[in-house]
Amino acid sequence: MSEPTTIVLAAMSGGVDSGVAAALLAEQGYAVTGVTLKLWCYGKSPLSPRACCTLDAIEDARGVARAMGFPLFVVEAEEVFRARVLQPFLDAYAGGRTPYPCALCNQHLKFGDLVARMELVGAERLATGHYARVEHLADDTWALLRAADREKDQSYALALIPYDVLPRVLFPLGGLSKHEVREHGRRLGLTLWDKVESQDLCFVPDGDYAGYMVRNLGEIRGTAPGPFLDSAGRTLGTHRGVIHYTVGQRRGLGLVAREPLYVLAVDAERNAVVVGTKAELDAPGLVTAPANWLMPVPPESGARAEVKIRYHHAPAPATLHPRADGSVEVRFDEPQTAVTPGQLAVFYDGDRVLGGASIAHALSTGARTDAGLLHTEAQGDAGALRAGASAGADLLCTDAQGDARALHTGARPDISRAGITAAS
Amino acid sequence: MIYFDHNASTPVRPEVQEEMGACLADLPANPSSLHREGQRARAALEKARGHVATLVGASADEVTFVSGGTEGDHAGLIGAALALEKRGRRVAISAIEHHAVHGAAHLLARLGFAVEHLRVGRDGMVDPRAAASLPPDTTVVAVMMANNETGVIQPVAEVAARAREAGLRTLCDAVQAAGKIPVDFEGLGVAYLVVSAHKLGGPKGVGALIVRHGAPFEPLFRGSAHEFGRRGGTENVPGIVGFGVAAELAAREVAAESQRLRRLRARFEAGVRAYFPGAIVHGERAPRLPNTVNASFPGARSDHLLMSLDARGVAVSAGAACASGAVEPSPVLSAMGVPRELAVCALRFSMGRTTSEHEVDEVIAALVESVKAARAMGKSGTGARA
Repeated sequence: MSEPTTIVLAAMSGGVDSGVAAALLAEQGYAVTGVTLKLWCYGKSPLSPRACCTLDAIEDARGVARAMGFPLFVVEAEEVFRARVLQPFLDAYAGGRTPYPCALCNQHLKFGDLVARMELVGAERLATGHYARVEHLADDTWALLRAADREKDQSYALALIPYDVLPRVLFPLGGLSKHEVREHGRRLGLTLWDKVESQDLCFVPDGDYAGYMVRNLGEIRGTAPGPFLDSAGRTLGTHRGVIHYTVGQRRGLGLVAREPLYVLAVDAERNAVVVGTKAELDAPGLVTAPANWLMPVPPESGARAEVKIRYHHAPAPATLHPRADGSVEVRFDEPQTAVTPGQLAVFYDGDRVLGGASIAHALSTGARTDAGLLHTEAQGDAGALRAGASAGADLLCTDAQGDARALHTGARPDISRAGITAAS
Repeated sequence: MIYFDHNASTPVRPEVQEEMGACLADLPANPSSLHREGQRARAALEKARGHVATLVGASADEVTFVSGGTEGDHAGLIGAALALEKRGRRVAISAIEHHAVHGAAHLLARLGFAVEHLRVGRDGMVDPRAAASLPPDTTVVAVMMANNETGVIQPVAEVAARAREAGLRTLCDAVQAAGKIPVDFEGLGVAYLVVSAHKLGGPKGVGALIVRHGAPFEPLFRGSAHEFGRRGGTENVPGIVGFGVAAELAAREVAAESQRLRRLRARFEAGVRAYFPGAIVHGERAPRLPNTVNASFPGARSDHLLMSLDARGVAVSAGAACASGAVEPSPVLSAMGVPRELAVCALRFSMGRTTSEHEVDEVIAALVESVKAARAMGKSGTGARA
């Protein structure tokens, strides 16, 4: 190859953002090869044309490639998607957690599978349409930063990508607003410039997660009725199956009480849904699964950070206590509402993403903090879980496609895991 | 770019371009018009018909110009089945026919016909005996001359002979064979034959259906008496003129070109064997087109290989594409009993007039790098496993 220009592999979902990102790079003279991951067998899938990753979306991606004169390949990624995103998604729901599959998709597909594909085409850079920035720091380390447009910032969804891909990543939209992106699309003559954005998980087009899992994926775990318990363990009623509930949910419980009741915890092991008052949703901290660090050396115990616990959560000041097993205990300065197992805790230092991890459980109010003694995540005790786990859940996949303005704020803890779209 | 995808389409010969340009500029009339301008256009058309007839060993009046291989397959299979409907409503096609023949059979099934499929062996060849034991209401059997993916040459003459004994007509899709090996309509003994211009140096969008004198036939396109009443619609004169030139050149050169391609293929396959002892050439032991090699490189998925070769300036083809454009295992290889894990690692290399020894060596070199990269990807654990 005697190609004088930098070869870039551009991930293209068929959406406006990734399309404009690839087109901008082509315009700047990069040798772009577009790639669209085929996550489904479209012959059988009942996907709506509004969701991303459909045949229509693939055509939209091709349209950009044709308009800009670069090649595009549709590559088979069904197997990886199924194993690394879909199955964990199902397992999380069945386990009473509320997963955030977009982070897994970024980790394993866009910044995993595609990174491996860079070698195939000799690409030096991988580009996506994420609103985030990468900076090469003075000490020769690399940093993932929030987007210039705080409304659109998608750094939360990128917190699990490997540190060592940062030097190879391009985020052409990191400094732009959504409006500017659409204007670039129009200027470049891309027909998708005014396309409606998908607001949902790409594989659950109608937002009915529980229904989708049961009908389309044959999920039966978590569908058996069981007790609603209060935090003292008293039975208050019967729930429809844990798959239908998320921490923080208020609607659709069908329970009568003096003050509104919220889901405090989903205990799949006992097939119980624990409910309580809004005040009980507050947690002083949380413990994560093993964390991914976007820095060469993880921070020391006692390091300060702002921690974001769901997509639209305003990051809360906290102290981090990384543990030997890779997990992190987070102590908030002020208790936070709706700490939801399965969602990501992402650690920020200003604009910089230090790292992130899936939330294992909340800490209970009054729990003694001794990071040195709390060793394994598996020991997360039921008491802490029941009393401390809290409200959720703004779970839209706004990673590649979403529009922050259309979404409710994360502080509203009354959204069902299974009814996001209706609520937003 | 080194173009190793001549079975998909091969460059238009300069002589063809020249004649087509002249035709577009100088022959504006409708060849059915009675005035002298019309007659000039008609003359060009008939000259082309003669060249196509010569290429396949047919008479000129047996040649029907159509829009290409897909139309030819539809017009041939459906046209014969409809004409023979009173004798029976059943057709048979080989399992490895081109999509166009499968498509025509689907349409017949939609019209209430029964469709039989002739199996192929591991070598990719149809067993001619299968044509002798079809249900008695079968009227037409379709067997291609050479498979587009593997290049395996089918025993068409034997199939046609047995079919004739059983009172059946044979349709032969010779799209991939014409221009690469000699095609003899007379000698094959088939009733219908299909060829396409763009596979032999002509333009896209034109082909021919050869219908034997007296063979039953009902036209698909009706309403006017073009093409001896076999295909309504004003003829694509520039395309047909180009087809004629390409056919004339191909007829003259096929023997020598066939030999040249055979040597290139031997060189290519020697390279494959030297660098990839585990590689499998599909249909290796069967008679094959001299320009086609379909090979699996275990552990290296074909979609990865295709991307990698593309980036290294080599154009090849991989299996079949699904609706999304992603690569899927080829139904032809599946019909041959190739296991899925090998089928997803298959690439088709097809050479043509522009191919040189130097290019063959370059492709082998690119393949060495690409197979290595694709295998690394397969092992990385993040990639889809081969």
